[in-house]
Amino acid sequence: MSTDSKDVLTTAAPVQRRTLLKGTAGILAAGVFPAVHSSEPIVLRYLGTAVNQDKEIAEKFKADTGGKVVIQYVAVTTDDVLKRAITSPNSFDLLDSEYFQLRNLVPTGNLKGIDTKRIKNADKITSVFTTGKVAGKTIGDQGTAPKKVIFLEGEKSKTFASSPTQYMSLIPTTYNADTLGIRPDLIKRPISSWAELLNPEFKGKASILNIPSIGIMDAAMVVEAMGIYKYPDKGNMTKKEIDLTIKTLIEAKKQGQFRSLWKDFNESVNLMASGEVVIQSMWSPAVTAVRTKGIACTFQPLKEGYRSWASGFGMPSTLTGAKLDGAYEFINWFLDGWAGAYLNRQGYYSAVLETAKSKMEAYEWAYWMEGKPAAKDIKSPHGDLLAKAGETRDGGSYEQRMGAVACWNALMDENVYMVQKWNEFVAA
Amino acid sequence: MSQAIPPSPAVAGMSPGRSIAAWWQALPLSLVFLLFFLVPLALVLMVSFWDYNQYELIPGFTFKSYIAVFEGCGSGDEICTTFKTYLSTLKFSALVWLITLLVGFTVSYFLAFCVRSSGTQTLLFVLCTIPFWTSNVIRMVSWVPLLGRNGLVNQALVGAGLVHQPVEWMLFSDFSVVLAFVHLYTMFMIVPIFNSMMRIDRSLIEAASDAGASAMQTLWNVIIPLCRTGIIIGSIFVITIVMGDFVTIGVMGGQQIASVGKIIQVQASYLQFPLAAANAIILLAIVLMIIWALTRLVDIRKEL
Repeated sequence: MSTDSKDVLTTAAPVQRRTLLKGTAGILAAGVFPAVHSSEPIVLRYLGTAVNQDKEIAEKFKADTGGKVVIQYVAVTTDDVLKRAITSPNSFDLLDSEYFQLRNLVPTGNLKGIDTKRIKNADKITSVFTTGKVAGKTIGDQGTAPKKVIFLEGEKSKTFASSPTQYMSLIPTTYNADTLGIRPDLIKRPISSWAELLNPEFKGKASILNIPSIGIMDAAMVVEAMGIYKYPDKGNMTKKEIDLTIKTLIEAKKQGQFRSLWKDFNESVNLMASGEVVIQSMWSPAVTAVRTKGIACTFQPLKEGYRSWASGFGMPSTLTGAKLDGAYEFINWFLDGWAGAYLNRQGYYSAVLETAKSKMEAYEWAYWMEGKPAAKDIKSPHGDLLAKAGETRDGGSYEQRMGAVACWNALMDENVYMVQKWNEFVAA
Repeated sequence: MSQAIPPSPAVAGMSPGRSIAAWWQALPLSLVFLLFFLVPLALVLMVSFWDYNQYELIPGFTFKSYIAVFEGCGSGDEICTTFKTYLSTLKFSALVWLITLLVGFTVSYFLAFCVRSSGTQTLLFVLCTIPFWTSNVIRMVSWVPLLGRNGLVNQALVGAGLVHQPVEWMLFSDFSVVLAFVHLYTMFMIVPIFNSMMRIDRSLIEAASDAGASAMQTLWNVIIPLCRTGIIIGSIFVITIVMGDFVTIGVMGGQQIASVGKIIQVQASYLQFPLAAANAIILLAIVLMIIWALTRLVDIRKEL
């Protein structure tokens, strides 16, 4: 390169750039920026998993409230929700987290207690969360049952309250009862127990999910169902109990029981739809996804009960002013029915049932919540056919499904040890 | 082939003014390097000596994490998880390295010496990059309908009467992991080796043949030594990528095969940062040793 061309480059380019910058600054100073500023809506950064972050929910909220408050989704994985909430609590304004994660989250002081006096439907939140009862009957509470962690002692509390208070850690949004998913067309016989997951009959055709804190719960359900051991609390195992559970899994793995493990929702759908796996841990929307491909898949109710999970909205402790008001507005809107109906139609359950009921057709409510045969074809909110007229929901009604919950997703005291042992299972 | 390169202008004019300018010119990259590589690395090293509980890091100086990594190693009748995982990762590295080297070298040789027109050469070279036109994950996932129990290959095998039962070892096995790696990373071997080959003076090959060398002798005594740089650079690419991978092994191994990267990822997602950091430091040390050994074989800076 000659020196001449170098000189041209070094002198000419910066001048152009500077003029450009000046121009931009001029435009900004001339009044465009203040105009934008004055009508700027309050943006709530909503941290959660993609499964719960529906575009239509954000759009409907914007339409219903005139666009003063808008939702901006930040989608990460279940594990990363907790990681972000703990390590960078200022990177979001609204948290959508699972209840079991609270045991790590609340002691950090990163969450603010939500004042139930500002939540219109707070007293209508289902008793599953507040007292752990369904239709007056106490359900299984092994693991991190929401009732153990939902109430805080005060707004700035780092400890859980043992009885109901004015402050909630998370305002519940959705919850469900999970079980095994099966391919009835390939299994061709009734399945009624968690023990079937490790039945040698399904050697090379079974799968379990590779998210340690949830996978260990499924494994514990299997161990109990096989009659190997009865845990005092599956959701809080001792080191010995963890050893036993992992040993059972490793033995099965060495026998070639598992075709694959899965970590991602879509992986579980592929495994099931391709027929690589006929029985596995599964989530409700994954079963739905397999069915919309026209492949038979059952979310099989089992006699030992369900493993349940719940998630809800939390607020970072630094949230104040207009953003805080915006967050309350969104939560109030969320519990007001439209979002609840939207979730119920996907097979989840909403936290305030009566408002959701008012936004659903009677035949939809009968199918999803009462376990009755569908009077008409049941469609998802996106218009996919989920069940033909005459079919009933797997597991039946809300009372039958939520009433049969045996345990909840959990964070154990021996979590570090558990993860270490789980890695051993993966490596075995 | 250092004698082939003309002396660079920077080396030629070493006036003091120039040298200060050179320092300034090197500054931006050095800063980027410092900020985004050295500082984070130092932080990882620091955190690996910290303590932690379920939700916070506790600054301090403890070897707890390193001890935890090697817990159970050296005692008991079975080898511990850490050793087993490293052995498995090393096994994959070695296999993938060997296969990508053979395939990559053959392809490069064909491109460099058998294809005469430079137009065809470019076209074929672009063809080699086709696998990179889609995302890594899609490329891996598309093996499932091909190799699966009800996949294309099995349907063909059963249809042709070669097997009665679908073959199961083709998917979610060591085989499928190595296959996916080879598919993904052979390109990293082809590029540097092809580059080295194109720089070989053709008259050297003519001279070898004039001196009565057979094709094999020319390959072994002329071409391979002159491609050394390309081979080493390609090897460094492939080995470092495979050593740190967790996505390919996860997807193609059906999440049932352990890898060091996977263990680090699980620990980091469960906020066990010191443990993950300790593992990362150990992995880094091992990879650096491998690279050091490779660079002993050839002086890359001199050869480039």
